[in-house]
Amino acid sequence: MEPIRTLRSRTVVLAVNDIDTDQIIPARFLTTTTREGLGRHLFADWRFGPDGAPRADFVLNQPQSSGSSILVAGNNFGCGSSREHAPWALTDFGLRAVVSTQIADIFRNNALKNGLLPVIVEPSTHRWLLEHPGAEVTIDLDTTSLTLPTGETARFPLEPFARYCLMNGVDELGFLLGREAEIAAYETLRAPA
Amino acid sequence: MSAPLTLFEKIWRSHEVLPESADTPAVLYVDLHLIHEVTSPQAFTVLRERGLPLRRPDRTFATMDHSTPTRTEQVFGGAPISVEAAAHQVRELERNCAAFGVELLGLGDARRGIVHIIGPELGLTQPGKTIVCGDSHTSTHGALGALAFGIGTTEVGHVFATQCLLQRKPRTLAVNVHGKLPAGVGAKDLVLAIIGRIGVSGGTGHVIEYRGETIRALEMDERMTVCNMSIEAGARAGMIAPDETTFRYLAGRPRAPQGGAWEAALEAWRQLPSDPGARFDREIDIDAATLEPMVTYGTNPGMVMAVGGTIPERTGDAVFAKSLAYMGFAPGERIQEHPVNVVFIGSCTNGRLSDLRTAASVLRGRKVASGVHMLVVPGSQQVKREAEAEGLDRIFIEAGAEWRESGCSMCLGMNGDLVPKGHYAVSTSNRNFEGRQGIGARTLLASPLTAAACAVRGRITDPRELL
Ligand code: SF4
Repeated sequence: MEPIRTLRSRTVVLAVNDIDTDQIIPARFLTTTTREGLGRHLFADWRFGPDGAPRADFVLNQPQSSGSSILVAGNNFGCGSSREHAPWALTDFGLRAVVSTQIADIFRNNALKNGLLPVIVEPSTHRWLLEHPGAEVTIDLDTTSLTLPTGETARFPLEPFARYCLMNGVDELGFLLGREAEIAAYETLRAPA
Repeated sequence: MSAPLTLFEKIWRSHEVLPESADTPAVLYVDLHLIHEVTSPQAFTVLRERGLPLRRPDRTFATMDHSTPTRTEQVFGGAPISVEAAAHQVRELERNCAAFGVELLGLGDARRGIVHIIGPELGLTQPGKTIVCGDSHTSTHGALGALAFGIGTTEVGHVFATQCLLQRKPRTLAVNVHGKLPAGVGAKDLVLAIIGRIGVSGGTGHVIEYRGETIRALEMDERMTVCNMSIEAGARAGMIAPDETTFRYLAGRPRAPQGGAWEAALEAWRQLPSDPGARFDREIDIDAATLEPMVTYGTNPGMVMAVGGTIPERTGDAVFAKSLAYMGFAPGERIQEHPVNVVFIGSCTNGRLSDLRTAASVLRGRKVASGVHMLVVPGSQQVKREAEAEGLDRIFIEAGAEWRESGCSMCLGMNGDLVPKGHYAVSTSNRNFEGRQGIGARTLLASPLTAAACAVRGRITDPRELL
């Protein structure tokens, strides 16, 4: 995984609360057996009309959204299924961070493992972001903070190990494989076959 | 004496390969890893890319359920699976399990079923175990006193390679339920009421332990219904302390300990319940005696009310308005008597034998209302056989319902069992998200009793009218 330290981008705002994983990537696209190419189905039922044509009124289809890598969503993002296809679709589409007031546990775990930053902010910062779509913001992992164009800075929580992995491009599997001796000892002692 | 511990805490501690520190999460050992065709292929690819073996095939168990057909001719008759991509996933799972030595219940296996139904049914799910699966409803297994939660596909790969996961310790939430459930009100109504109370993100970051005399009085099938929907309140795991009901359920199941090992297991399992005085990070109390049959009216499981209730008004809440518009409902509306197009009985929430019995009790000697499509999909092939042995299939078929082979089916419609656009489906599953059961499908979650009553009347019905 590529190390990430800072992310600077205009935001795209999708002010819907409780966006669940079935909206991010509907189940009919889960029949794939690879990770790639899911971006074209991101928010499929919102992005495309019944005829398959992009809907002009959906924000991700609008010209100002192109090139943006920070999605600001309504309260409580990512609830529902454990499908990692959700972060795969978001990153494949070009997004690198999701900002909300609350982010569901499994989605957050999955996001972190795919270099997608789950950024949880206070309601006041969130409100500002919702009211200023397209604002140029900076997310800094060194200080775990999000800086608004006003200069105002909001800290966000990030599990220290996940942060370390993101900043150093370390993958967790490598870390776990390095604990082989402890795992084998545990198995002998506590978990015989 | 050591400090009193919760059920969760006891299982967590006994599975720490390495405890968490400020810098690193705990390395948690996984006793049982369940897999299925949808969330495993990319994890097998990681093993191949990195040249890694699957560390413990003996602790890994596979079934196919999400995208599998439910039509008998496609399951057993050699007819092609109608959704080609789904057929491909099924073949991939067969190939992967063969290559890595994982036991798989294939499409024609008599023990196959929805992963969260077969785990307990086969006795693989046991008190005190850590159980994971690439599926959020893994919380179901907590009904037997296991610590069970859903993981993503990257984590599936971690467990394949190391039998461990990196996890931060969640907080605990006690949901204390007291009082007797009134007639016509069941476990599904109870858990919907709990979600309505704490909200769809109310359990985020927590493991729920359901406690109290109401929970103790529930049978295992009902306990599984409750734990199943923990994730709908945002909690990754829901648990119920094991007791005599649990042990009675497990005794003699093919993968449960037998003979002397059973006695030893019982001894260990009896130590698991939370100690008196154990502290939870949060507690809430629910009075079961005041509950009514519940139904959802919106596009998340927290948008729920009594069947006879009125949709609340939330002036100025655009998201709420959008959700109601999708459903074709209005604030202040009563939805009882609203016409229904589809009724689905099944899923890992309500696809067990007692659920089918409950639905059949309403349909016996009655007919599905004209114009209503009713689909009954048992949660496993074993549930199907048991139901057929009791003649439940005849009751459903004579009433005009369809009786299928087991699988997830219309719960998420991956196999082509879909609700048509704009149609109202009363479903015993767990998610009423936009498009969950098909593009434009309008899902109303309810208990098997309520769903069956709606099928008979063709309208949203309080099941107590038909008792
Ligand atoms: S029945 Fe539905 S909720 Fe349960 S595992 Fe299958 S798709 Fe998921």
